[in-house]
Amino acid sequence: MNIFKKDKRKEIKNETPLERSNTSTSGQSLVKLRVFRINAVQNPNDVPHFDEFQVPVKRWTTVLDALLDAKSYQDSSIGIRYSCRMASCGSCGMKINGIPRLACYTKISDLDTNTITCEPLPNFPYIRDLVTDFSQFFDHHRSVMPFVKNKKADIPNVNELTEYEQTPQDLDKFLQFSYCIKCGLCYSACPTVATDLKFPGPQALSQAYRYLADSRDSDKSKRLKVIDTSHGIWRCHFAGSCSHVCPKGVDPALGIQLLRSHLLGLSNSEKKLAKLHDRSTNSYREGEGE
Amino acid sequence: MLLWRGSIDMTSATSAKRIDDNKNKSDRANREGLRGWLNPIIYGWERVSYWFQRLTGIFLLVYFIGHVYETSSLVSGPDAWAAMLEMTQTIGGHIFLILVIGASTFHTINGIRLIFTHSGQGLGTPGRPDYPYDPTSVNNKQRSGLWIAFILAAVAMLYGANVLFSGGE
Repeated sequence: MNIFKKDKRKEIKNETPLERSNTSTSGQSLVKLRVFRINAVQNPNDVPHFDEFQVPVKRWTTVLDALLDAKSYQDSSIGIRYSCRMASCGSCGMKINGIPRLACYTKISDLDTNTITCEPLPNFPYIRDLVTDFSQFFDHHRSVMPFVKNKKADIPNVNELTEYEQTPQDLDKFLQFSYCIKCGLCYSACPTVATDLKFPGPQALSQAYRYLADSRDSDKSKRLKVIDTSHGIWRCHFAGSCSHVCPKGVDPALGIQLLRSHLLGLSNSEKKLAKLHDRSTNSYREGEGE
Repeated sequence: MLLWRGSIDMTSATSAKRIDDNKNKSDRANREGLRGWLNPIIYGWERVSYWFQRLTGIFLLVYFIGHVYETSSLVSGPDAWAAMLEMTQTIGGHIFLILVIGASTFHTINGIRLIFTHSGQGLGTPGRPDYPYDPTSVNNKQRSGLWIAFILAAVAMLYGANVLFSGGE
């Protein structure tokens, strides 16, 4: 995730620097895994420190694999949160070599180093070791009302139920943002979140745009009130870090800027709506004149 | 997070309170704070731009206060004004003014770029992301404004240095 980022689609070389330089007696490569340790909840006086483990790796070993290896064979007390192992659940987010990433999605061979440092996600309170508390993050997510709200949806007669029609173009406006897995990487990379506890963060703001852009949603004003505050969307300064670390291509920075342009009345949809409004007002007036 | 709540349910009321208290104590322990602003390199050019925009903004604010103070010396007469101007006629003063030229040029041009990006212009449109998920908002179209800001700041600083150190000859 360097600014001089390598193409992830590059062909995997037969022999990485890692494999050349560090080999165990059994012929397997070894890396040094530095794991952040703290038990802040049970023991408030616990001093944060790093434990080091030598872990055998192969070309396709992920950081999560290495952590689970260390947990299985060297220290079972390492605290990790994980579930799907395929970048779908967003549980295993952590700071790997200084950058927030998903452990299951980060291959050790891609890191080009023999020392892997794993720390908990910044801007999330510690629970234990690499496990952090997402309460505040989810509170922000809830605050933007991340659900479709439609007054017409409350239909008492079941027989009158119909599907919501939506064109592929309508879908494309928000589909990208609905791929969010709530892993918290964007929240931990955001420089504004680092200094402002009340700032909703890139995840919540991009989700606000996701529902705002959804043609099925009809209750936009309440959502906009939540984000149009002094600690809301105006605190984003487009550092782009959220989009750089997002493992699913959600591009929260894009969502936030589009949401802001909507609030400023500058988005294309705003202009179209204004034109439509003008047309309907004019035709109404013409109708009145007749 | 669910496990965390579950663990509270399983413990006695006293230990649950202790866990809550300890959690609150460590609540801010992992916040990056201003340290989060210090490492702009690892997150891409937009973060570098963010860092420079903040840095030049603070620098220009400090300069503005100093400038008001400097100009206010006029009310004490021409001698006081001349004495104040003497301060800028040193090598250190020249370097400071060159930095002011560079900071103000970068801050202005990059600020214009940010006005466009904050208005959703030049960022591309939402689509269906494909691996390797290169984000559309951090594209070269809007980033070109950043290069222009850097280049114009460098040119302005060179011109300023030429004027200040060799009298523009």
